[in-house]
Amino acid sequence: MKTRSNLRYSFKQTVPVLFGYLCLGGAFGIMLADKGYSFVWAFFIALTCYSGSMQFVLVSLLSANPPVTLIYTAVMTLIVNSRHIFYGLSFIQRFKEMGIRGLYMIFSLTDETYSLLCAQTSIPSNLDERSVFFNIAWLNQLYWICGCVIGTLIGTLIPFDFTGVDFTMTALFVVIFIEQWKTVKSHIPAMTGLVVAVLCLICIGSDNFMFFALAFTSLILVLMRSYFEKNGKTGEKAEEDCNDNNA
Amino acid sequence: MITTLKAIEIIAVVAVVTFFTRGAPFVFFSGKNGVAKIVRYLGNVLPSAIITALIVFCVKDVTFTESPYGAPYLAAIAITALLHILFKKTLVSILGGTVAFMLLSRVIFA
Repeated sequence: MKTRSNLRYSFKQTVPVLFGYLCLGGAFGIMLADKGYSFVWAFFIALTCYSGSMQFVLVSLLSANPPVTLIYTAVMTLIVNSRHIFYGLSFIQRFKEMGIRGLYMIFSLTDETYSLLCAQTSIPSNLDERSVFFNIAWLNQLYWICGCVIGTLIGTLIPFDFTGVDFTMTALFVVIFIEQWKTVKSHIPAMTGLVVAVLCLICIGSDNFMFFALAFTSLILVLMRSYFEKNGKTGEKAEEDCNDNNA
Repeated sequence: MITTLKAIEIIAVVAVVTFFTRGAPFVFFSGKNGVAKIVRYLGNVLPSAIITALIVFCVKDVTFTESPYGAPYLAAIAITALLHILFKKTLVSILGGTVAFMLLSRVIFA
């Protein structure tokens, strides 16, 4: 019974990602099928790579002529996904406590799963936080796999033009941003992230800016640490409460 | 067309490196004495910084220097935010924002 209410609650949290992933995954599937790869490929790519932006790059890698080297592939993946290095920082303790499920949590920490997990600040006390986390993670990957496979199967046959549906992801981030804005003690980190990201986008260009944006943001926030701690604005209190609940 | 084996190799490399980028902080920042204080601090302040950066990431390929100056995106983001502030229903905000974006980008600014 408890498992069921955990699952129902988790599903509700993931509905926006359901729409987003079906559409984004569908777009990937259409592109992949266009290069001559069947749904079997889409299934295994979604199962093992599970990375939105990188899978779109992967389509071009898989159709490059002459074929790309594996070193080039590795460097390309590192550049495109380097922003993920910063995501784990918020969940080191909690994922570790989840054991084998924690390993899956690390594997499946996409942009969308990360932001949904960050938004879980008020899980009802009768539910198990770790189960909710795990459910959100695998549900999201399930949607993604379905989206990718469906894309290769029927994507090209659907007469409806889906252009613009991928805005769902942007809208999801905007919603999470507003929710966070209401709960955090200081708006300085959010504004730092925004300003630095815009500056990096202008200076570095759209392909590689995200890693530098997050690196500079982290650096600035580290330098401002004493200011935050003096004013008790780190949110450290909330996290301690959270850890107490887990213990 | 590349060979099946080559394709599998490329996919495997992407999978491994992606997992590495997600796992790196767990390998490098969690010593025996628990998580370092500075990392815990970053873990607390980074989420709100990353979310705003992710919103920028979503519009990274939009051209803001020529007409319509990213207007469909900016307007749809504003509509999403407004819907969420007014109704506080995640699905309403996301569906409303997306429908608004599709109308704006395909009908009004087409």
